[in-house]
Amino acid sequence: MSTVAPAAGAATTELDRDASIALYRRMRLIRRFEDTIQSLFQRGEVHGTTHLYSGEEASAVGVCSALEPQDRVAGTYRGHGHALALGVPTGGLLDEMLGRSTGVCGGRAGSMNVVDLDHQLIGCFGIIGGSIAAATGASLALRSRNGVAVAFFGDGTTNHGYFHECLNFAQVMKLPVVFVCENNLYGEFTPWEDVTAGQIRSRPEALEMSAVTIDGNDVWTVHAAAREALAHARRGDGPYFIEALTYRFVGHSRSDPGAYRKPGELDAWRQRDPLKLARAALADVFDVGEDELAEIEAAVDGELEAAVEAGLAAPYPEPGIARQFKD
Amino acid sequence: MEFRQAIRDALDEELARDERVIFFGEDVARPGGVFAVTPGLQEAHGSDRVFDTPISELALAGAAFGSAVCGARPVIEIMFGDFLPLAMDSLVNQAAKYWYLSNEQASVPLVVRSAIGAGGRFGAIHSQNPASWFTNVPGLKVVAPSTPGDAKALLKAAIRDDNPVLFLEHKRLYSLKDDAPAAEPAEIGVAAVRRTGGDVTIVSAMKGVHDCLAAAELLAESGIEAEVIDLRTLRPLDSGTVLESLARTNRLVVVEEGPMTGGWAGEILSLAIENALEHIDDAYRIATADTPIPYSPTLEDAFLPSAQSIASNIRSRLGVSTAEAVGFTG
Ligand SMILES: Cc1ncc(C[n+]2csc(CCOP(=O)(O)OP(=O)(O)O)c2C)c(N)n1
Repeated sequence: MSTVAPAAGAATTELDRDASIALYRRMRLIRRFEDTIQSLFQRGEVHGTTHLYSGEEASAVGVCSALEPQDRVAGTYRGHGHALALGVPTGGLLDEMLGRSTGVCGGRAGSMNVVDLDHQLIGCFGIIGGSIAAATGASLALRSRNGVAVAFFGDGTTNHGYFHECLNFAQVMKLPVVFVCENNLYGEFTPWEDVTAGQIRSRPEALEMSAVTIDGNDVWTVHAAAREALAHARRGDGPYFIEALTYRFVGHSRSDPGAYRKPGELDAWRQRDPLKLARAALADVFDVGEDELAEIEAAVDGELEAAVEAGLAAPYPEPGIARQFKD
Repeated sequence: MEFRQAIRDALDEELARDERVIFFGEDVARPGGVFAVTPGLQEAHGSDRVFDTPISELALAGAAFGSAVCGARPVIEIMFGDFLPLAMDSLVNQAAKYWYLSNEQASVPLVVRSAIGAGGRFGAIHSQNPASWFTNVPGLKVVAPSTPGDAKALLKAAIRDDNPVLFLEHKRLYSLKDDAPAAEPAEIGVAAVRRTGGDVTIVSAMKGVHDCLAAAELLAESGIEAEVIDLRTLRPLDSGTVLESLARTNRLVVVEEGPMTGGWAGEILSLAIENALEHIDDAYRIATADTPIPYSPTLEDAFLPSAQSIASNIRSRLGVSTAEAVGFTG
């Protein structure tokens, strides 16, 4: 049972310069996507509610960059990051949030329920724990194809029946599934330790499942842990549990200002902003200069601006053409 | 008074009146609930009686059942009605059956509050109306108020009821206001006639009642006088009020926010056919399509019954066009 966290801040040489830059670019894309969603919300173009991923980018990007094409992922209602990390097209995802017919789900799903099977995403699940069950099931189908399923979920979800039942199910059957708990310290407005007995990692450990707690804000650390977890699962050694320690920079959902945060907590985590850490590491380890970084950032901003422009011009779906279920 | 305040007051007053009442759920106590319905109750009644729980719907419902058979009167909140299936086993297989199976050794006085309904662009899994999943369960009452006054009086009645009660709160009603409601509990299982008219009886519940009242005004412009009945409780059903009205109007339209197939609207049509066939010139349902609730505004708006669509539907079914606007005498 491996429980030793890789050293924090480890820009690994497993990933070369270009691959490392790609990780940063992806994280930056997610951050700017979430900023865009927030401002489109204020303009009344994004509806209902959304749960943003800002601050947690290293988790999705670190894990998804380690996947093989035959692997599949189940995300949460905080799933924009999971989707973009998998390469779901920015425009298609944005259009979905705008409720346009050009969205990846034709405007039917919205923020919480995105599916894109062309990009390994079996779904984002609005019911907590749904991702755990879906990935456990996916691994049943994937094991004959050398594939692994990954479930993302939050700390609060570890108290749910889905968590306990599926982890045991997966471990008993030695299924190729990686459980990624994104511990951002809160479930909605409640600190995880107020509603969770013991340590989260001791739960998979009680099932004798391989488990590790890592710095979820360092994308190379996450990537390294994911590689190990995926290799373990692919070898037939059964499920693997990763607890990624991270923090969301925004409220739980649209209407939440985050007033329950402890004083100084947000500022402290902002010091450990995954984008900031990655930027510094790129400069230190790979000698990526300020100009090159600025160019990447401008390119991402341009991609989003273009997506917004196209999205706002895209048509809404025609109610009449919504198909009924197949007979 | 706002609908959400009426609910808060009912809880507050019942917690004060009866020390056996306890209230718990996810984010209900310190944060005061995701729809800001329950702030301050923990301060007023203490953390032994009002408390936040882990995200554990199965445990919440099971704990409500177990405590109810041992002398507590629990009220729990299942945040969104869409999460009720996760609590369903305890409600359906334990709570609803216990009084009967135990040969009436102990009753199960629990209340499950839950926010339901579409129209907020919350998507397929945060917008459903789960009423019909539960109206099929003997032993369970399903209460579905449409006004702040009823919300308060019916919640108080639900808390005092010795049976398990599912209490549904439509999200689009939380900010609705009316005069300060009475302090007394209402009677569960009694419908209200919200508008009188002799041409057609329209039956609905919760937000649908408001849509039907607005539709009735539109119909009046075409000379059609609609009677609008607010069921207030979906189980037990007040068939008397519906049948009485039908006997006068001879036409019945049931408007349900929920899929047509297997919905409670069908139950009301069955009641009418079985008991008042001789009074029926026409009887039908307006409900949502048999698809999940879509996110996109254009799709969700088209999906839901609205005052406009209800009125035009009834008008065309009765053969009266808007342009004609002639007196319709039935
Ligand atoms: C079964 C279920 N219960 C409650 C909710 C409402 N809800 C949405 S997010 C959330 C908190 C989840 O916290 P956590 O698992 O820590 O994930 P995070 O939001 O922090 O990523 C809750 C209670 C839900 N979506 N599903």
